[in-house]
Formats: sequence, structure tokens, C-alpha cells
Amino acid sequence: MKLPNFTDWPVFKQIRSGDLHALGDNAMSERTRTLEARTRKADRVVKSVCPYCAVGCGQLVYVKDGRILDIEGDPDSPISRGCLCPKGSATFQLVTNSHRVTNVLYRRPFATEWEVIPLDQAMEMVAQRIKDSRDHNWEANTDAGDAVNRTLSIAHLGGATWDNEENYLLKKLYCALGIVQVENQARI
Amino acid sequence: MPTGFFTDTTVCIGCKACEVACKQWNQLPDDGYHFTGMSFDNTMHLGASTWRHVSFTERPVPLSGADTGFSWLMASDVCKHCARAGCLENCPTGAIVRTEFGSVYVQPDICNGCGYCVSGCPFGVIDRNHDDGRAWKCTLCYDRQKAELEPACAKACPTDSIQFGEVEELKQRARKRVEELHENGVKEAYLYGADAASQPGTGGLNAFFLLVDKPEVYNLPPDPEVPTIRGNQSWKAAGFAAVGVAAAALLSALIGRTAKNES
Amino acid sequence: MAEAHPVGFQWVMEAKRRGATIIHVDPRFSRTSAVSNIFVPIRAGTDIVFLGALISYVIENEKYFKEYVVSYTNASAILREDYQDAEDLDGLFSGWASENGQYEGPTWHYEDVELHEHGAHRTSESDAERSALFGPRVKAHATDRTLQHPRCVFQVLKRHFARYTPQMVEEVCGVSPDQFYKIAEHLCRNSGREWTTAFCYSVGWTQHSAGPQFIRAAGILQLLMGNMGRPGGGILALRGHATIQGSTDIPTLFNLLPGYLPMPKARADKSLIEYLHNYTAWSGWWTEFPKYMVSLLKAWFGDAARRENDFCFDYLPKITGDHSHMTTVVNMADGDVEGYLVMGQNPVVGSPNAGLQRKGLRNLKWLVVRDFYLIETAEFWKDSPEHERGEVSAETIGTEVFFFPAATHVEKDGSFTQTQRVVQWHHEAITPPGDARSELHFAYHLGKRLKELYASSTDPKDRPIQDLAWDYSLHSKRQEPSAEAVIAEINGYTVADRKPVNGFVDLKHDGSTACGCWIYSGIYAGGVNRAANKKPATDHYLYGHDWGFAWPSNRRILYNRAAADPQGRPWSDRKKLVWWDEASQKWTGYDEPDFMKPVPPSYRAPEDAEGIETISGDDPFLLQPDGKGWLFAPTGLQDGPLPTHYEPFESPIANPLYGQQCNPGRLEYDRSDNQLARPISDPRFPYVITTYRLTEHHTSGAMSRWLSWLAELQPSMFCEISPELAREKGLQNGDWAVVSTARAEIETRILVTDRMQPVKMGRRRVHQIGMPYHWGNRGLVTGDSTNELIAFGADPNASIQESKALMGDIRAGRRDRHKGIAKGRENAPENELRDLPIARHRPAGRHNVRAPFSKQGDQT
Repeated sequence: MKLPNFTDWPVFKQIRSGDLHALGDNAMSERTRTLEARTRKADRVVKSVCPYCAVGCGQLVYVKDGRILDIEGDPDSPISRGCLCPKGSATFQLVTNSHRVTNVLYRRPFATEWEVIPLDQAMEMVAQRIKDSRDHNWEANTDAGDAVNRTLSIAHLGGATWDNEENYLLKKLYCALGIVQVENQARI
Repeated sequence: MPTGFFTDTTVCIGCKACEVACKQWNQLPDDGYHFTGMSFDNTMHLGASTWRHVSFTERPVPLSGADTGFSWLMASDVCKHCARAGCLENCPTGAIVRTEFGSVYVQPDICNGCGYCVSGCPFGVIDRNHDDGRAWKCTLCYDRQKAELEPACAKACPTDSIQFGEVEELKQRARKRVEELHENGVKEAYLYGADAASQPGTGGLNAFFLLVDKPEVYNLPPDPEVPTIRGNQSWKAAGFAAVGVAAAALLSALIGRTAKNES
Repeated sequence: MAEAHPVGFQWVMEAKRRGATIIHVDPRFSRTSAVSNIFVPIRAGTDIVFLGALISYVIENEKYFKEYVVSYTNASAILREDYQDAEDLDGLFSGWASENGQYEGPTWHYEDVELHEHGAHRTSESDAERSALFGPRVKAHATDRTLQHPRCVFQVLKRHFARYTPQMVEEVCGVSPDQFYKIAEHLCRNSGREWTTAFCYSVGWTQHSAGPQFIRAAGILQLLMGNMGRPGGGILALRGHATIQGSTDIPTLFNLLPGYLPMPKARADKSLIEYLHNYTAWSGWWTEFPKYMVSLLKAWFGDAARRENDFCFDYLPKITGDHSHMTTVVNMADGDVEGYLVMGQNPVVGSPNAGLQRKGLRNLKWLVVRDFYLIETAEFWKDSPEHERGEVSAETIGTEVFFFPAATHVEKDGSFTQTQRVVQWHHEAITPPGDARSELHFAYHLGKRLKELYASSTDPKDRPIQDLAWDYSLHSKRQEPSAEAVIAEINGYTVADRKPVNGFVDLKHDGSTACGCWIYSGIYAGGVNRAANKKPATDHYLYGHDWGFAWPSNRRILYNRAAADPQGRPWSDRKKLVWWDEASQKWTGYDEPDFMKPVPPSYRAPEDAEGIETISGDDPFLLQPDGKGWLFAPTGLQDGPLPTHYEPFESPIANPLYGQQCNPGRLEYDRSDNQLARPISDPRFPYVITTYRLTEHHTSGAMSRWLSWLAELQPSMFCEISPELAREKGLQNGDWAVVSTARAEIETRILVTDRMQPVKMGRRRVHQIGMPYHWGNRGLVTGDSTNELIAFGADPNASIQESKALMGDIRAGRRDRHKGIAKGRENAPENELRDLPIARHRPAGRHNVRAPFSKQGDQT
């Protein structure tokens, strides 16, 4: 039988370290002793920009195994110097939110519920809808005879929290399709 | 060297970044969705899942030196990590410890939810979780500090209302800030809990505040005292009392015997 | 600013710490007011009177920065003899064509300006004819540098604002003369050679029926004080979304092509030659216009774009009027629009007249919504106030709806342009979940599919899509297009070898270069993505030139030539920024000089100069045809060359300054589903309502109400009212109230606070109700939307809705769920006119935008 090592007993440790009330190290558990910041475990730290207002605060995104561990301010940014507001600080929840929809949903005319449909099919359906609306409502000239080459049957409204590159491609595509009713949060 | 917070409420803009940054880092749940009607404060107080809390006080008088006709005091409250911590000293299980950073840390793997700590805190900071009964509060980002990272709230704070650092250095900075405010006409600025002399009941706070009105206005006690601070005194008093009682008993016995003998 | 841009506000707090005086002007006491030195409560919608009185104060007291004003502004320009001011015509300027409901003719221009065919504010074919008109040769105009000529801009300005007095400020804005003088003195004390003052504004200025003119008023003031183009000066638009600046620069807007090139108009811009002729300036930087347009067409239509076919200019659709958001929604409600693509937007909560927005959606054939969550706009068919009232049900709504889950910013590469024009790259950190994809993926693959669908077409209308240059490299299993390939195209390249150009000065008009957005050119110079530059901040890193890329040319302060005096010397050592270096014979400084580097301050453009050579060495505002800051805007504005106070659509008072009550050029949507209160003091709606954001939420709540950490901080829709109003109306703090306007009524919790006070306008007191607008019926926290209350109706320059000043009522209690208001004209006491007789034939295309009213009498 192994005898307990009495010198490991807290009371002896307390006396030995002078921490008589055991308010410090002596009372620390293994978990406490080995506690570390979870960001230490990250595989990568990715530089990002806050998606809310237009201040453009720098963000650091800590990633492990393809999942986000933490999103916090980037101290390197001369704009934000590591700070974030409550919205910026909540970005982690924006991204990892369980309310996020991850399937394409489709609502038939007059239906009362959504159905899930494959992304590919949905893209094809939307392309087809655009083509149909455009082809059936093409306006080559105005009543006054001025060429306009457009359709007023399709419109777009975009937010301003997606990227410049995305704005660019969409405006380019819409112009080629003759869609002019293209609007953005910037006017709202 | 103990580290802590200096919260300068005169530059707080009430954005609540500290509340959310804290919840994000510590992955704390919400406190429920309750509209309180108390200015812009809907989380109300510190608790098991709110470790930073911004209070909003509306006063019909402006701050001195400001031409705003009105003032809206915002202050981010947090665990004070008292030099004499009531929760720590009350804890019977050793779940609460003082770390190498001088902060007071609740070990969730030890805590059994007895709740003695709750009654030991003169600020009402430490709180038990409704689900598991364990006690929770600000850790002063013990895990981050170990990695030499600034606590999440102080890092997020846009206006440096929350400053993190070594307590001694923070105190100097805070005193300078008070002087600066006095020079600018904000005569009412003062430090709350910066040292044992001004707050003997706690032995001074590792997370102290710069205020411009009475502590009560910020929901802080004017003269907090951790119950255990009078522990020695109580023991002494009890000792004296015991000795006194014993002496009285002895005396009465002696007197009784003498009287009996005399009779 | 503390409220909506807290992290940007750290710099204001730092300035305050260093001694700056922070002045906050706002209808309500906000988190910004709490830390400001001076708070000025003002009646919503009256800022032009306040700013106009400051302009008048500065002029009358000769506090303006004389040398700056004479050299760098158009103060000395002499106006035409037939110009008449709003002072002369009781609120209108000369040129008002009441039959067309707009200003026409050249009367606002400088004397002796040579006007070509499409001269100064030419007859617009439409409301959308509003982009800056660069046409006239203005360099040769008459000036008086003593500023004494009665028709010089300075004297006109002085007369225009003479009645904008501190007393008028009190009567209109409710700001006391004492407070006014205090602010005026602060402003003057903190401007000049040694000091500068900055103005920050946000949608509190833009969302008014004269919004752009509010900003013009600040612009005039800043020019007079010499605060433009200088460190610590300027007018800073605090924009509200991550790349709302970017989506204006590289627009998804109906009236713009990338880089602020106007969308071609059907009547005026029939060919590339006509288009270039219309928009190419005779002087100033816009003389470069053809290079930018031709390069854009090359970027879009690639090899198909050749000189012989006008570089495919005919492929571009043409606009014929106002196709802005509200106009489109009105058409939608009338059944004229079949399909709508809504991406990262939630118009049912975030846009005015939510009821009309939903009516529009119900009348669509198909709708595409891309978002993270099932927001109100995606589920409008399931649940809405109309459903509650039993007017509609899912079974009666025929709109086909597609919901595509979107990727977040950490799930894709790309760039945002923040509020100071700094473009910053964000990198993909993780893969988007499930079928969530970026908008880039959506746009690219949609384009690919449409190209396939149209591949075999022989119809000429399908040529643009067939010829569209659409080659971007793809990566990852999900076939994600490369955002870097797109930014490379935006930067521009030489067509022959596809090498990135170094900047817009390399662009050509002969088709040898392609460029997607000229102002961003240089962002990919040398094949390096400069938006991704992230050199850490240090204390000595003054303007952050190695962090991101600020367009144009990584310049951090626009028009910074004005930071030096006409001789090229810094105005003062304290405010040194950019200067002429004699030794090296070029412009240099702490920022990238906003000037042609080798052109000395002494250079004077000869009469026969062309192109950029027309810009003299002391013309700092080089995008203007005369190189000067415009105190007076001879072209480009639809509602007057000088800011003029008009009351909002709905107002508690008659305009005390002019007979003209509202902005004559405003866009009004006169429909039974968009009713307005009486223009003046409608007894049904006695209180001013103003709207705003809270720190804890983001606009329509689509990015905040689904997050528990934010939802708990502001869980409920509420309104803010003064204790006085609470007493008058029997309202209890924390209780419920119903707020109503002529459009609708909503219920809201009540916050009674001293921070709201009635505005005292002389003897009159007006209550203001403050309302955040973040709630809807989806998400973790729900509530009625403030936008149910707001009308369609806009300013004529930017087509932005007036949502910061309207009239309403409040009563205790909850909303009747079975009754809506705004059910038709019968509710209104009488159909009262906003202003007097109506201009009937405003050429509004097919869009039913109501013609505005002109003043009675002299103009009709």
C-alpha cells in the first residue's frame, strides 16, 4: 500500500508557503494552473475588417480546424488601434450563429412554407427567371424613339456590407443585361 | 505585480463594447431580453453572465465645465478584485483564489455553489448561475493575462475609459487624470477605491474608478466593507468575551462559594 | 458619432483630451452629447438656418480667411446680370420653369462664360439629369478680387444669408442667440492659419428634402474659414456601412457607372461622342473623362469594344428619369416590376413606408433574397401588419421567393472602403457553411449561366451579355471567383499585355487600356494588392499610408494643395501638410500631394491651354472646372445654387423666411398609399418625429437582432419623449404608446427622459419624439418598425428620403391589430397642397413621380 505523502497535504503546503489561509497557489486546481487563452491554440490568425459601420476597424480572426475560435480587434490598425464597438465585438456571434440558414430555400407562389432546394437548381431557376422577365419586357426604344436597350421589369437592391468586387461584378452584369433599376443602401 | 483596471468614467461613451467583448471572450450567455425603461441600461447589474456592466445615470445638471445643460453619466462596472476580497475570504472550499496577477479568480471546477461568497461581496458582484448554481464573476481575463494579453474589455474600449495595467502605475495615471480634470474645472472628479486609506473596508481595489458624483449615483456603496475584514477583531472580541464570560463565571462561582461559606 | 461610430469617436475623444472643443448639434441628447463640451438641441430639419446664420456671422464680422477665400474659392467670380436670388423671388431662384417643375437655363452662371450646346444646367430631360455638368468653359469668366462687385459671389452670398440671423435661428431652430454666439465664436477662434475646425455629419443631414444643401452649407462655411484640404479640417461624412463608400465609388446605383461617370441618358447621350461631349470638361481634371469611360468599356466588353463600334457604348442601357429605390418600389406596387434581387438589404424594415415596400413585394412575380438569416424581407409573405389585419395571407400572395444563404466577411476575400476612402482587404478565414456563398460567387455564376442561356441567340439585344468580358479565375471546390482578379480589373491594365497600370494617369482613350474604376486605379499597381497592405500602426505613422489604399492615389486628405498658401508655403508650421519644394521643384509633404507634382504654384494656365494644363498652380480644387471651391454652385444642383431653408414636407410652422414652404425641386410620391400630413401644422400630427440609430444595433437589425449579445442590450422598440410631453399625454416610462403619422401607426415602449426637451422657438414650443428604427417581426427581439411611419418623398439631388423630420402623434396604449391607418384619402381632412400651384408636366419618364409645386404668381 502506498502511503500518502503528507507533505503534499494542503495544510503543510500552506504552512510551508506562508499562505496560511490558502487563498492563493495552494488552492489552485490543475485546470487553473494549466489554463491558457484559447487563441493560443489557433492554427491561423487571419486579418479582417469589421463588417458593420464604415469606420473600418481591423479584426483578427483566430481559426482552428476550420472553425472560428475568436474575433477581436487588430491592434495594428491605425484606424481602430485594436478597439471594437459592441457590434464589432459581437461579430463572432454574427458568423457562428445557429440561426444562420445554410440551405437555399424556395417558396412557391401562394405556398405557406419554405422548401429546401439545391443551390445549383436555384441558380438555374433564377437565371431562367431573369431571362424570361428580360425577354418579355425588353425596351429597345422609348416612345420618343430614343434607344434605351433595357428592361424595367427587373430591379436590384443591395446592401453595403458586401465587397467592392461584388458591387463591381453585379453592376457590370446588370448593365450587360439592360437592368437599370440598380440601387444600394448608399441611397437609403 | 498586481494588475487591474482603472475605469475613467468621464470618457465613457456608454457604447457597451466592454459588455460584449467580455461575453465574447468568455462565451457567456445573454441575460434575457428585458426592456427596463432605465435609460439605456437593459442588463441592469453585474451577474453570473454579465461581468462588465455599463450604468447610465441621467442628471438634470451639467458636468462642471460643460455646456450641455444636462449630463448623462455612464460608467462600466466590474469586479473590483479587492485587496481584501470578501468572496475569497468567505469561500469555504478553496474555489476562489488570488492569482499571481493579484486578481480574484473563481475556479469553476472546484466551486460547489454554496453561495457563501455572494454574501461576502459588499458590491454585489459575484453571483450564482441559475442553471448549475456555481458562482461566477470577472476573472480579470486570467487566461488572457497568462498569455500576456490585455483583458478583452479594456482592449475593446474605444475611448480608453477602461485602462488595464499594473495597479501602482494605474494609480499614478489616475491621480494625474484627476489633477488634469480639476485644472479643467471638473472639481468633482475623484478616485473611488484607489487605496486602502480611502477605502479601508476593502483594503483598496485593484479595479478602481474615477467618478464625478457620489458613489451611490453609480450604484456603488459609499463605504464598502468586506465582512471578513473585521474577522480578527471579531475573533478578538469573541476571545475577550469568552475570557470575560469565563472570568465572570469563575468570579460568580467564587463569590457564590464565599457567600455560601460565609453563610 | 459616439452613438453610431464609437471606435471612430476615439479620435474625437483624443482631440478633446488635447484641448479641442466638441460641439454637438442634434435634436436629442445622445451619447455624443454626453461627452461634448457644448450640446445644441435643434429642431429637426432646420440646419440650413443654423449654418446659414454662421455663414452670415462670419461674413458680417469679417472673420473669414481672406487670402484663402480670394485665392481658392469662387468668391470673386461675377455672376450674370439675369441671376435672381431666393431673396428676390421669395424662396425661388431665377430659372424656375414651373411647367416642368425644375430650374432651367443658364442664369446661375458666371458672367462671360462661354456656354456650349449643352451648357450650364441645360434643360434636363429628366430628374436624373443631375450629375455635375462639366460643360462650360469657365476659366475665362470675369472676377473681382476685391470682392466688392455687387454681383460677385461673395456679395451675393452675403445678401442671400443676411436674413439668417441669430434671431431667425431662435425662431426656426429653437437655439438661443446666446448659444449661437458662443458657437460662432468657437468656430472662428478655431479656424485660420494656425487652427482648423472639422465638421462631421451623417444621415442626420442627408435624409431631408434639402439634404445635399445642408452639406453644401457646411461646405460654404468651411471654405470661408479656410478649413478645406487642410489637416484637422474638412467635412467628414460618417458613412454607416462597411463599404457604403465603396458601393458609391463602384456603385450599384442607377445613375452612376464606376468612378462617378454618369449613366448615359436616352435623350442626351445617344452615342459615345455625344456622351463624352456632354461630360468632358473644358478645363480641370474632368478633361480626362474620355480616358476613364473608354477604359471602362474596354474592361466590360473586352475585345468586342473597338473604336469602330464606339467601344460598345450602345450596349449600355440608358436611363430616362429617376430610377431610384423609392421610384422602383412604387412601380413595383403598381405591378410594373416582375423580378427583384435583394442582397444584404432588408427594405421592409430599413426603407421608408414599410407598408408600401411590402405592397411592392407582394406584386412581384419573383424575388431573390440573399442574407444570413430569414429576415423580414425574406418572409414578408408569411407575416406582416397586413396579415394581422386580415388583408392578406400567404395563400393570396403569388410572389415566388428564393432565399440564398450568404457568406460572411470572414468566409470570403474582398475589400471594403471605409468612411475616409481607405480600401481595406479582408481575407477568407473559413469556408462558408452549407450552401452559403459570397455575392461574388452568385454574380459570377449567374452571369455564366445567363451567358449560356443566351449563347445561341441572334437577337441584337443579347449581344451585350454575349460579349461581356467574364473571365475570372476560380478557386476552391465551390468554384469561388478570385476577388483579386476582380480588383486587378478595377485597377486597370494595358490591353496588349494585361499588365496592371500604375494609376489613372496611365489610362488612354484609344482603347489600349482597360480600367474598371478609374479612381481606384493604382490599388493593384505592380501586381500588388495595396488594399491588403497592413503595416502596423506606430506613433510616428501620421496618415497611415501603408495601411490599405486610399483612393485616389493613396491620398489621405483630398484637395491638400489648399494646405499651402498660393505661393506653395504651408499656411503655418502647425498645420503643415503639403508644400512646394523649391529645391526639387515639386510638390511634397506628409501626404500624397493632390496636385500635378511638377506644376509650380506660379504656373498660370494660358488662354489656349487644354486638358490638365488648364489647372493653374493656385487651383487646389482641381476637379472643378475653375479649380476653385464653390461658395456658389453655378451648375450641378437641382434646387438652387445656394442652400436655402425650406421646411420639411411636414412641418409645425410656415417657413418664416420665404413664401416657398418646401423645397421646390423635391420628389413627391402622391399616392393614396403614401399619404402626407398637411404641410403646415396639421392638428392631427402636432409633434416632430426624428429617427436615429443606436450603438447596439445595425440599421434594420438584420445583423444585430439575431445576436443575443446585442439583442439583450436593446431588446425593445422604444421612443424617447420629454417629461413634459409625458405629462401632457399621460404617458408612463416603460409603458406602451402608439405613435402615428399619416402613413401608419406603430406601438413602442416609452422612455421618458430629460434628454428630450421641447424646442423653444421664440414663444412657440414644439415637442420632438425620438425614435430608433431597428426592429421588425423577425429575430431574437422584435418590435414594430419605425419605417412604417415614414413617407416616400425625397430631395432632388440624391433622391434620398426625408426620414429625419416628420410630423406625428403619440398616445398611450397598444396598437389596434385589426386596424391600419393610411387606408385611403378619406382619412385626410382635405387634400391640401404643399405649396401653391402645381407644375403639371414634369418630365418624369414612366415613373409617376409627382411634379412639385411652384410658388404662386410670378413664375407661372
